[in-house]
Amino acid sequence: MSVASYVLGIVSAALILIVVIEMLRRHRLRERHAIWWVVAGVLALVIGIFPSTLDWAAGVLGIQVPTNLVFFVGIAILFLVALQSSAELTKLESKTRTLAEQVALLELRIRELETPPKD
Amino acid sequence: MPAFHEEASVAAVVHEVLEKLPGVGVLVVDDGSTDATTAVARAAGARVATLPFNLGVGGAMRLGFKYALANGYTTVVQVDSDGQHDPSGVPALLAQLDSHDVVLGARFAGEGDYTTRGPRAWAMKVLASILSRTAHTKLTDTTSGFKASGPRAVALFAEHYPAEYLGDTIEALVIAARAGLSITQVPVAMRPRSAGVPSQNFVRSAIYLARAGVALVFAYIRPKSAYRVTGAVTATGAQV
Repeated sequence: MSVASYVLGIVSAALILIVVIEMLRRHRLRERHAIWWVVAGVLALVIGIFPSTLDWAAGVLGIQVPTNLVFFVGIAILFLVALQSSAELTKLESKTRTLAEQVALLELRIRELETPPKD
Repeated sequence: MPAFHEEASVAAVVHEVLEKLPGVGVLVVDDGSTDATTAVARAAGARVATLPFNLGVGGAMRLGFKYALANGYTTVVQVDSDGQHDPSGVPALLAQLDSHDVVLGARFAGEGDYTTRGPRAWAMKVLASILSRTAHTKLTDTTSGFKASGPRAVALFAEHYPAEYLGDTIEALVIAARAGLSITQVPVAMRPRSAGVPSQNFVRSAIYLARAGVALVFAYIRPKSAYRVTGAVTATGAQV
């Protein structure tokens, strides 16, 4: 492993963390959504600084090529994040729907209260 | 009456309902139309609830049921705004509500001259046979939007009306059946649309069937507890 690729790994991991933390700081991201990204960033940073941990973890799990472990964990994290987002989206959609219904009902009620009955 | 871009026909339907069914309350739910549906329906003498954006028939209907519940109506009859449903058929539907919770106005039960062809007709047959088994009664036209709901059904639908497009007819029946409501059908005559464009072609039918299938499967495998209704409803009598 050359110095350049070693540095590249650390820098990109650090960059992920910095971006996530900055977004959290500016309220562009809520904590519950950020947790996965922080986990991913920390993992990447640890592996970037101590590549031997990756070899050790792959050995423990019986994975021949350590890089495959990286891909596996990466995909797993992305999958979980996407799933969480979908679930949140579903919840938001149903809340929006209920709000729209309530708004329409309230509007109708206000209209009826404002117009004196004709019969 | 759910309405989406029906400015051309909604007024006539409202007039007809008010004329043939004196004493009923007419609520048109404008499902986020960008045309004059709301104004036209209001001018025709209906109460109009306007949704801020399009939710699909399911959302519009759930709003209708919520309105009925909040305003003391115990019976709801859904009539499409495109003029397909003949309001003269409503009394026949209501007559069955004494003994059932949901009454469907069915097209193929031997009245009227409404026909469909090809995959859509076939799909309707398949759906009808599956649903007949669930509802423990013979249903021939499960995609009909023309239906009357009694007090128990109104309470159930105000909370659990399927939001998915097309769920509005099929899934609603599954929900009702699984919640232990009794369903029946009466033959009604249906007319071709008085205005507007029918939303049917081959590709659409196929997509429709696929979505119906998915909606159906999930309606069946949902836990029964998902259809629990809070608060009991006992009042009967008033008509919408």
